[in-house]
Amino acid sequence: MVAGTVAIGVSVVVFLVPFAFILWQALKNKSDSAELNFAWPSQFVGWQNLVEVLTYNDNMILRAFVNSLVLTVLSVSIMVVLAAMTGYVLQRRRGRWNPVMNFFVLAGLIVPPAVVPTIWLLQGLGLFKTLPGLVLIEATYGLAFCVLLFRAFVAAIPRELDEAAVIDGAGPLRLFFSVIFPLLRPVIITVVVVQSVAVFNDFANPLYFTPGLDNATVQLTLFNFQTQTLSQYNLLFMDILLITIPPLVMYIFFNRQIVAGVTSGAVKG
Amino acid sequence: MTTIIAVPKAPSKRRLGPDLNRLRFHYPQWFFIPAMVLFVVFFAVPTFASLYFSLTRWTLFDAQFIGIDNFVNFFKDPQLSQGFVHTFIYGVVTSLAKVVLGFFIAVFLTSPVLGRGYLRAVVFFPVLVSTVGIGLTFKSLLDPFHGIVNGALSAFGIQGPGWLTDPNGALLTVAAVDIWKGLGVAVLIFIAGIVAIPQEYFEAARVDGANTWMILRRITIPLSYPAITTVVILSLIGGLRSFDLIWTMTSGGPGFTSDVIGSVIYKMYQAGFYGLSTAGNVILIVVVAAILVPLSRFLTRREVDL
Repeated sequence: MVAGTVAIGVSVVVFLVPFAFILWQALKNKSDSAELNFAWPSQFVGWQNLVEVLTYNDNMILRAFVNSLVLTVLSVSIMVVLAAMTGYVLQRRRGRWNPVMNFFVLAGLIVPPAVVPTIWLLQGLGLFKTLPGLVLIEATYGLAFCVLLFRAFVAAIPRELDEAAVIDGAGPLRLFFSVIFPLLRPVIITVVVVQSVAVFNDFANPLYFTPGLDNATVQLTLFNFQTQTLSQYNLLFMDILLITIPPLVMYIFFNRQIVAGVTSGAVKG
Repeated sequence: MTTIIAVPKAPSKRRLGPDLNRLRFHYPQWFFIPAMVLFVVFFAVPTFASLYFSLTRWTLFDAQFIGIDNFVNFFKDPQLSQGFVHTFIYGVVTSLAKVVLGFFIAVFLTSPVLGRGYLRAVVFFPVLVSTVGIGLTFKSLLDPFHGIVNGALSAFGIQGPGWLTDPNGALLTVAAVDIWKGLGVAVLIFIAGIVAIPQEYFEAARVDGANTWMILRRITIPLSYPAITTVVILSLIGGLRSFDLIWTMTSGGPGFTSDVIGSVIYKMYQAGFYGLSTAGNVILIVVVAAILVPLSRFLTRREVDL
């Protein structure tokens, strides 16, 4: 009982105060927020801050939200379909390409990508500084982890089901997309939630592969924001607050799937 | 890991029974192709290209072969080689702290304590928040003059350090924020590991008169070995590759005192030294592979079956 109370007290100071700080600064006006403390503000201007942030520099941040949304949806969709196909066949049969794919998965999990040569490659393909280029990069970097999750999950689907579908005349595509894929629902949700948070929060890849304003993501605009609006801490923290909301919503609704993703993907890496 | 790619004996067609032929039809290996194409084009090709371009003076359009000059420069220039050393410090400090702190928090949170659900949620939430957002927030909290951390310390009569502006403390300050942000993953994995230990072991130990410490040492720790392995490996991968948090909080400064290989790669890229940047990248790949491959072999060998 005592230990629990102490722990709750410590957790409030260590984990809640930083978030309260973000929220508090986002509600203040420019000069109050510059003091960076919890003092009671002279006025609450949260709504004005919100409007000002979103419309700042010709709707820069609003457009960045659209870019981030498109990037996240497309790259996670690619990851889900391709990783499910791969994990499924990898688990179901022993083919000569399995060792190759397993090696790719392991390499993809461990080896850091070579960034400048990737820029060189994207430039050669005409995809540098474009959203499609970044989508393909994010999808590729996320594949390895997703394949692991799908492979583990497919193992729990009885083969008798495949056989029944085959006897009913399903070809390999029907078998996978109409029979197996719908059964993967739980793991698909896990993959979608975990990977969308990862892609949405990614900073390094947009920094390297989509520099400039046109295709900037929210993380990139947040980073640039601090240098452009030097002393406007209220707007900076409103931006941080906005960027924190999508993962928070994910966490509230998909807590269990996130936990499953973090632990199951992690066990036996 | 390299042994895995040894090509297995190709099955001769004649030996295949009707069952295997069916298998081959229903689980076609061309399902691998889309994923494999992405992986080869956007990951394998750049990785192999980096081996060559790291040996060149490179403008992206034109590469001039200069041998190992880039690598020599990397280790001769103290501004660059410092990043090499810092990478190890950062990786070891963060993963060690995540393992130790995370384990004890997990033990605590698997015992019946008040507000367990709340505590689990609150420890994990920073994992999901944008690294850039966390970095900028802590930059404000740790501001040497206005920041509330030093404000709180001065209320106790303590003169807080400059944190991110202190050349001796910047790297460790960023590491501390990294631990704060990443601890939740370790806690979650440890909780999953501890919960998976059959209750009978604890009951039997208690019947035999074991105290809390003995149970921890003789049962919880050894039987959480797979979880510990996972946390060590995951946090080392993250720690050695770290870039986002360092770049948002200090950009490698003050001076070069919090540079790691990841930030050196970016700085050299920004400055237009593409060959040098790629050499840094190759070094990072080698460092990560050279540490993690033997380590994961060693750790997984020591695992105990439940």
